[in-house]
Amino acid sequence: MSMNYLFFGMFVFYLVGATSAVILNKKDRLCSYTSFMSAAIAALLGIIFSISVIFGDTFSYDLSGGSYLKFGFFIDRLSAFFILVISISVLAVSIYSTGYVREYFGKKNIGYLGFLYNIFILSMVFVASADNAVMFLIVWELMSVVSYFLVVYEHEKPETRKAGFIYIVMTHIGTGFIIMSFLIFVGTSGSYSFGTFAEAGKTMTPLLKDIAFIFALIGFGTKAGIVPLHIWLPYAHPAAPSNVSALMSGVMIKIAIFMLIRVFFVFLGASQSWWGYVVLALGTMSAILGILYAVVESDIKRMLAFSSIENIGIILIGIGASMIFFADGKPILSTLAAMAALYHLLNHSIFKGLLFMGAGSILFSTHTKNIEELGGLIKKMPKSAILVLIGVLSISALPPFSGFISEWLTFQSLLLGFNLKETFPMIILSISAAILALTGALAAFCFLKFFGIGFLALPRTKHAEHAKESNTPMLIGMGIFASLSILLGIFPFYVLPILERITASFIGNLDSFTFSSFATVAIPSSTISLSTPAILALMFIFMLLLFGILFLINRKKQPVYETWGCGQPVSTSRNEYTATAFSKPVQIWFKSLYRPAREIDVTYTTSPLLKESFKFESRIEQVIEQYLYEPVVDFVIIRSRKARRIQTGSIHAYLGYIFGTLVILFMFVIAGGSP
Amino acid sequence: MIPALVSVILQIIIILALSPLISGIIKKIKAYFQIRKGPSIFQPYYDIAKLLRKDSVVSQNVSWIFHAAPIISFAAVLTAGLLIPIYITSLPLGFAGDLIAVVYLFALARFFTALASLDAGSSFGGMGASREMFVAAMVEPALMLSIFAVALNVGSTNLSYISQTLSGMGLDALSPYQILAFVALLIIAIAETGRIPVDNPSTHLELTMIHEAMILEYSGKQLAIVELGAMAKQLLIFSLIANIFFPWGIASAYSGIAALVFALFVYILKIVIIAITMAVIETSTAKWRLFRLPDLLSISLMFSFLALVSFIIVKGG
Repeated sequence: MSMNYLFFGMFVFYLVGATSAVILNKKDRLCSYTSFMSAAIAALLGIIFSISVIFGDTFSYDLSGGSYLKFGFFIDRLSAFFILVISISVLAVSIYSTGYVREYFGKKNIGYLGFLYNIFILSMVFVASADNAVMFLIVWELMSVVSYFLVVYEHEKPETRKAGFIYIVMTHIGTGFIIMSFLIFVGTSGSYSFGTFAEAGKTMTPLLKDIAFIFALIGFGTKAGIVPLHIWLPYAHPAAPSNVSALMSGVMIKIAIFMLIRVFFVFLGASQSWWGYVVLALGTMSAILGILYAVVESDIKRMLAFSSIENIGIILIGIGASMIFFADGKPILSTLAAMAALYHLLNHSIFKGLLFMGAGSILFSTHTKNIEELGGLIKKMPKSAILVLIGVLSISALPPFSGFISEWLTFQSLLLGFNLKETFPMIILSISAAILALTGALAAFCFLKFFGIGFLALPRTKHAEHAKESNTPMLIGMGIFASLSILLGIFPFYVLPILERITASFIGNLDSFTFSSFATVAIPSSTISLSTPAILALMFIFMLLLFGILFLINRKKQPVYETWGCGQPVSTSRNEYTATAFSKPVQIWFKSLYRPAREIDVTYTTSPLLKESFKFESRIEQVIEQYLYEPVVDFVIIRSRKARRIQTGSIHAYLGYIFGTLVILFMFVIAGGSP
Repeated sequence: MIPALVSVILQIIIILALSPLISGIIKKIKAYFQIRKGPSIFQPYYDIAKLLRKDSVVSQNVSWIFHAAPIISFAAVLTAGLLIPIYITSLPLGFAGDLIAVVYLFALARFFTALASLDAGSSFGGMGASREMFVAAMVEPALMLSIFAVALNVGSTNLSYISQTLSGMGLDALSPYQILAFVALLIIAIAETGRIPVDNPSTHLELTMIHEAMILEYSGKQLAIVELGAMAKQLLIFSLIANIFFPWGIASAYSGIAALVFALFVYILKIVIIAITMAVIETSTAKWRLFRLPDLLSISLMFSFLALVSFIIVKGG
């Protein structure tokens, strides 16, 4: 009973947040507090609710007793885990938002933002808890449309409108495939309830299963941002306000992963190992291509969006490996790989949320998101800098932060491929591990560039020079995520048993194995173990010792002098390395992918020896967009021009079309086609 | 508890005491090949002692990162040192991490050194950091594949277990996949320790330096820590190679002082041989252009991939 209160209490608070935002939309400050704080309270209820589902029973609630369409909620441990991920992010982001939206006071309608924000979160919670395909598609569409409105919140900028357009088109292509996938299940089960889909999955012919798998992969893969369906992501995520980007990148694309797990494991029983290879290959490709585009990007939010593609790839590597092991009848290995994927998913939602909020703070105080125009922020915004640094260290998978644990687990689960005793999986899993290693190193490269160029040394422009520390709510929001990044890194042995309960709900129970013991993560039946508390303690002792020694022998004040500039007496920000130069080696290394184009434009004065102006421009190509999407778009436009002829604009003609369609449908029914 | 503590402290002391010597030996042998007399093999000790007495001059542009980075990097390298078997495979703290954790601890050390190099706002620092991370990225896939080859062979990534198992196998440990993985890791070791043909440790020419460019702003006591950290990292990478590919003679558990001294002697011998090999490679090749390095590291990648494939073929998939 108390579960009902928690669950519907969560809805009520999101709805209160939404309605109060509309009612109070004239009073900016009050409106921002009521709508975002009520979302934060709802998130707290969501955290309590989902934890009690994970440790207790599944939760279900029927909304109506209708015979044809039965709407209801069904929350098992897997859905509860995603509600937990949503709620944690919402809690931190909502607190951050109360500070961040001050930027929009007097310029934009806060009520509109608060309303959409709450409805967006509510729709994500609905998606995770829907128990019926029709209801699912309605809330899925709600989530897509509301997030579209959030993306185009700053619609006065033309590039935002373009981003929104690409997003809404891609997301509807995805929804189309989801509908087709679901209809295949409905055709077998005869019901729209998700509960019957699992039964249908058992009786379907292999061909139908394969088709359902591919459609679901394309449909949900579009939302998740898997390469080559990712093209909307680097447009939409940077265009949205930063607090919304934190939720979109941190949470919304994970909802698609949730549905992928549900369709592959629960509905289809993950019976074919080639599905696992497809997912693994797509994951590996997304990881490497995502990070390669992130490395050379100098727009912070676009860089973070590309990095989200990379991290979705890492999560899919874990899921793919898990599917391969599952199909091969190795539930323990499958559990380990799935745990690695879910752990990385949780970590990514936190550190990516943190970094997007950090990008928001930079945007808030400098009004630019171009790394080249930043620099020296560590002195202007010292607290934000430390919080962002924690996010940077986590996403670069450096010990003892959270990203390290999940990447380590992913490597270990790929290494366990040798248990399959077959040549093909061993080689495939090893290649995937090698590419994952490259991805990890490039991620470190990318985020070193972000922090090193953006926060260190001297400010490069006036924007950066006048930067101010973020306000308290923003720091609290980022602080929650930063502390979670540290805690998830140091205490994985408390998290893994929880993840084990969750994977048990779709892989099956394992009684005889534990993945963790006191203060240590151990791989079952091997000698491999990892203890981040021990690593942290050792590092701490060594740092303390070194600091003590340095302090003892270094009594005098350190002399301060200029940076070495080859004897030149000036050291200005113009001498600093730029972000473009920093990533140039990678650009040269992968030039066949980037296809860099440069343009040099020099104008001379009357004398050819004296240059008047010098313009240098360097661009890279988005290969997939250019060679996969543009031909399709061109084709569609040409066909659409031809189809325009039937659009006469006369109402009689349209009535005629409707009549004609009805006649054809009647003939179809009479001829014996089932409705 | 007490023996464990003694063992840990002893390991730290051995690492710190040996690493300058190895650098000194490499320099001496390089001098010998270049028909120079060269400095004494104890010169690195004198250098560090001298630096520790000097003041550190600090750039006016830096933040706390610049001061914290040497300490963090050094601590990360020493922590890795406690996860790597040196002369004895029983490590009291070996449970804390495996080979992959060691790789990531080195990455942590590198990350902070690179951050600090960007902190002073000099273009040398940026150039060094960019190149260092570039080389690290190229190394990583080959490194992971060789780790996989070794780990598949032994069935674990736990370093103590790897050394113990392989030394117990006697000469059978010299399998084709081990040899191929060794060649791959040797190339990686050249890159990771910043030696010719990847980087030139004795240059200060802006166009060619990588590691030296990163630490250009450090001086005095901070430089001493940075230098000692780099030498310790070099020793640890040599130890990894020695104890993964030539583990014979390593002590397995505490069994009398004499046995330990013998194991320590064997260890030093192995490390010196690897150091000589490195010196020979350094003097017999020229430094490669930065953008030819992907070729070198592709060779390493191919070797590690062959190691993996040959393991799968030999062990019959």
